[in-house]
Amino acid sequence: MANQASIETRDVRLWYGEFQALKGIDLDVSRGRITGLIGPSGCGKTTLLRCFNRINERYDYVRTEGSLIIDGHNIYAPDVDLIELRKRVGMVFQRPNPLPISIRDNVLYGYRLHTPKAERSRGAEDEALESALKSVQLWDILKDRLGDRATRLQLEQQQKLCIARLLPLKPSIILMDEPCSALDPDATAKVEELIRQIAGEFTILIVTHNMAQARRVSDECVFMLIGEIVEHGRTEDLFIAPKDQRTADYIEGRFG
Amino acid sequence: MSRGETEHTDFSATPMTEASHSRQKIARAFLGIATALLLLPLFAIIGLLVTHGMSAITAEFLLEAPTAGMTAGGIYPAIIGTLWLIGVSLAVAAPIGIMAGIYLNEYAPENWVTRMINLAIVNLAGVPSIVHALFGVGAFVLFLGLGTSILSASLTLAVMTLPVIIASTKEALASVPVAFRHASWTLGASRWQTIWHIVLPNSVSGILTGVILQVSRAAGETAPIMFTGAAFYLPFLPQSVQDQCMALSMHLFTVSTQVPNVPEAFPYATALVLLTLVVTFNFFSIGLRTYLRARRKW
Ligand SMILES: Nc1ncnc2c1ncn2[C@@H]1O[C@H](COP(=O)(O)OP(=O)(O)OP(=O)(O)O)[C@@H](O)[C@H]1O
Ligand SMILES: [Mg+2]
Repeated sequence: MANQASIETRDVRLWYGEFQALKGIDLDVSRGRITGLIGPSGCGKTTLLRCFNRINERYDYVRTEGSLIIDGHNIYAPDVDLIELRKRVGMVFQRPNPLPISIRDNVLYGYRLHTPKAERSRGAEDEALESALKSVQLWDILKDRLGDRATRLQLEQQQKLCIARLLPLKPSIILMDEPCSALDPDATAKVEELIRQIAGEFTILIVTHNMAQARRVSDECVFMLIGEIVEHGRTEDLFIAPKDQRTADYIEGRFG
Repeated sequence: MSRGETEHTDFSATPMTEASHSRQKIARAFLGIATALLLLPLFAIIGLLVTHGMSAITAEFLLEAPTAGMTAGGIYPAIIGTLWLIGVSLAVAAPIGIMAGIYLNEYAPENWVTRMINLAIVNLAGVPSIVHALFGVGAFVLFLGLGTSILSASLTLAVMTLPVIIASTKEALASVPVAFRHASWTLGASRWQTIWHIVLPNSVSGILTGVILQVSRAAGETAPIMFTGAAFYLPFLPQSVQDQCMALSMHLFTVSTQVPNVPEAFPYATALVLLTLVVTFNFFSIGLRTYLRARRKW
């Protein structure tokens, strides 16, 4: 399983009502690496990302077909439990969205949901909290104000917290949808650094509009256009020697 | 003044900006006057009730039953009766209304059935209370055989207040940013866990405000209780929801229009007590809202 792809999709098609947003996606996402997802606005990056934790399904009018395999299991199989799936596949949003509760409760929110009452203890929680916050370099800054509202933190800290709260669940995949687009350049650099740092432990899939960010952060890169994958390769190959003319046009800023 | 467009280089007002300023002043004046006009009757009513009714408000008036064909004594049974009615109707309407509001906002699929239900709720909120009264007689007093009782009257009031409780619950829930729900769902919370841990704590002030405002509305209604459970004259207190009871709104109607030789101050004093009760509820609701808002989290 170690060298098997983390996510394998075959001919994934998705409709919003009548509108087909994904037109046959075949993609293997390498385990433990950072894969960037780039493409012009509206090409379906967010839609594809949201297939992997099945959050698209909150709309009744969404229909998904094809095969989507995560860690060897088809996640659209009837026996798949959404709660278990989302525990394994975490998500970070475009706008930081800490919950309107304390910093501590934010980090432990998922942990508490998924740990039976009998196994929970103050000690275990403290440990999970500290290790999660340390992983995102917030422990030293926040350790004396863990009871403060998370929604009052600076955006950079909020976004890091949103990453931290995934960690106690030990996810295998983290999906990030333009995680830095609400941040200033300085905060962006810090969050990018963090993403690089936690890579390896997790498979990370990151959508970005920012070519420079895709180059800086990702190991592999996927270029999408109107619901299809045009090119997928190692990031340096894709940026230095794109195989497809459309990829070349896009990364040189000729459209999108 | 031959000041051309291009010569106007400083930031002083031009005829056109002057015009916008004066229009703004006129608009502001009209809006202010409308607000003042709104407050006028409110103060007039309170002033009238206090000047005419205050003299009748005594311990006896508040704590004793009416006597001598309601021309003497007090309104104690009516106060207690009103409390029974709003208590029982609240106990029925609040849980059902809040649960229905949660279902409609958080679970109901987007389809024509849901749209029909929402439309029905909006329309039900506009049904006159006398129609609810007739419904109450037909449904609770006769069909369910509950007779004229506190239960029948309270159920009628509950039916009357439900639509607005549902609507205000939905509104309060909808005001919780959807980003919080996404965060919770993607951390593997079920819909219910999300509602319980995140959505409800952040909408409880709005929900309770809606409920309490409906309670005070129920306290003031006469028609829905008149044929379903409120008694004209019943000098002792109800023992259970199967009894009838007196009620302030009904009593006010009675002493103002139905019996002769009532002291002039009695109707005003009764109205004053009713108003005080309603205002107390509303202040309580405002206080609760302020308290919960202050604890709110984003
Ligand atoms: N909830 C929805 N209902 C209907 N159509 C949708 C919905 N969400 C997205 N779409 C459509 O699906 C297509 C893909 O949208 P998606 O959000 O996945 O694009 P994206 O690549 O993430 O774009 P961006 O870079 O602007 O975020 C777009 O044409 C969009 O209009
Ligand atoms: Mg997007």
